[in-house]
Amino acid sequence: MVVPRRGFLTLGLLALLGTATLAHAEPASIVVASTTSTEQSGLFKHILPAFEAKTGIAVKVVALGTGQALDAARRGDADVVLVHDRPAEDAFVAQGFAKARFDVMYNDFVLVGPKSDPAGAKGTDITAALTKIAAAKAPFVSRGDRSGTHSAELRSWKEAGIDLPAVKGDWYRDVGQGMGPALNTASALNAYILADRGTWLSFKNRGDLAILVEGDKRLFNPYGVMLVNPDKHPTVKAKEGQAFIDWLVSPEGQASIAAYRIGGEQLFFPSATARTP
Amino acid sequence: MTDTIRETFARLATLDRDVVAIAWLSLRVSLSAVTIGLLLGIPLGAVLAVARFPGRGALVGLLNAFMGLPPVIVGLVLYLVLSRSGPFGSLGLLFTPTAMVAAQAVLATPLVAALTRQVIADAEDHLGEQLRSLGLSAPRRAGVLIYDTRFSLVTAALASFGRAISEIGAVLVVGGNIDGHTRTMTTAISLETQKGDLSLALALGVVLIALVVTVNAVAALLRGHAVRAYG
Repeated sequence: MVVPRRGFLTLGLLALLGTATLAHAEPASIVVASTTSTEQSGLFKHILPAFEAKTGIAVKVVALGTGQALDAARRGDADVVLVHDRPAEDAFVAQGFAKARFDVMYNDFVLVGPKSDPAGAKGTDITAALTKIAAAKAPFVSRGDRSGTHSAELRSWKEAGIDLPAVKGDWYRDVGQGMGPALNTASALNAYILADRGTWLSFKNRGDLAILVEGDKRLFNPYGVMLVNPDKHPTVKAKEGQAFIDWLVSPEGQASIAAYRIGGEQLFFPSATARTP
Repeated sequence: MTDTIRETFARLATLDRDVVAIAWLSLRVSLSAVTIGLLLGIPLGAVLAVARFPGRGALVGLLNAFMGLPPVIVGLVLYLVLSRSGPFGSLGLLFTPTAMVAAQAVLATPLVAALTRQVIADAEDHLGEQLRSLGLSAPRRAGVLIYDTRFSLVTAALASFGRAISEIGAVLVVGGNIDGHTRTMTTAISLETQKGDLSLALALGVVLIALVVTVNAVAALLRGHAVRAYG
């Protein structure tokens, strides 16, 4: 009976190897729940190495929609949240899940659509553009995932005085996915879509789509960062998390954000207000 | 389409160390999950094949159905269990490779058990009478039959490996697709697809398939070698 024993030995060794390699000691790290726009635009890949080199704190970014990211933080599954939906962020602070919110940066939303622009939406006025799209029943793709971009889209329809549930039909495609997949869908359908500029700039499968509306003040897209309240979740790594936030809003962090460019174009604009230590 | 394919092969040549690290993580996670699946699934399947007890038929039916357990549901349930607000939150396992191993082990175990049960049940048709006449207990009979069918059970191991390494629903939810930490081949492919970088996504897909083929080839070689040496 030597053979089966050797078989089991191999199995046991494999199991040991597996657990040993997976359980190796890890340096200090924090979990940051953030949005698909910051991850998929490549911003984190650009700014994190400098922070990690300086502090030795590894930053693990989980990219979710803003609503989902805030939910994960509410459950205590993240130490820091970096999102873009001001009303939802203020509610998060008001509910006591964070003690403070800090401005980090902003970019803007753009209305993307087919170059031929069948609805005639091109211009600088987002409400006028949406009104024309709804009137023409031109294909429109919505994130539909409670993300910051989805919230902004719904706000824009409201500001245009359009009762979405009443008018929405086949032309309005609610895909329930992140910015990238939604753009892929819009590209395939040659549809209109509201996108954050960062993801759009880094998006490669554009097909026949182009920016049609930009520069409307209502398309301003601010990002805020919050440390999850350690009083609510004692497991939150408050010291490391706060170090990350402090770095983000420091001149160094802000410069790093400003330096991120794709094809010469700046994606995010620093907006932290100077704080006295 | 042809452009994408041409580009895919151009990208294959430029894949960097990141991809090696991602492939290695995928391999480690899935092999660990399969190992757990084998340790739990083989005894479970063998016992179900040789033992006779009330409710055994229902249990076998359930096990067979669990071969089709939806990964995303396994991921979601494990997410809630491992969440800081969940019953096992204090372990701090959410968004770690260990959580991904656990999720894939949940997927692999019923598959191994169901396939093992079938293999052993067939073997029992031939040898059961003889073993019972020797007065062996059910666990002993199961042990002998596992040993007897060990080369056929490699298929169960490979099937569960295939299920583990190719799934995305569970690892995405419990792992979080964290760059350099819990990003696997499947979540990386999904991410690149989302970014619209289809040629890179396809190039990664080629790597994943090559990985699966290699593991299967190695298993076939080892099995052939073992059959000649000990069969």
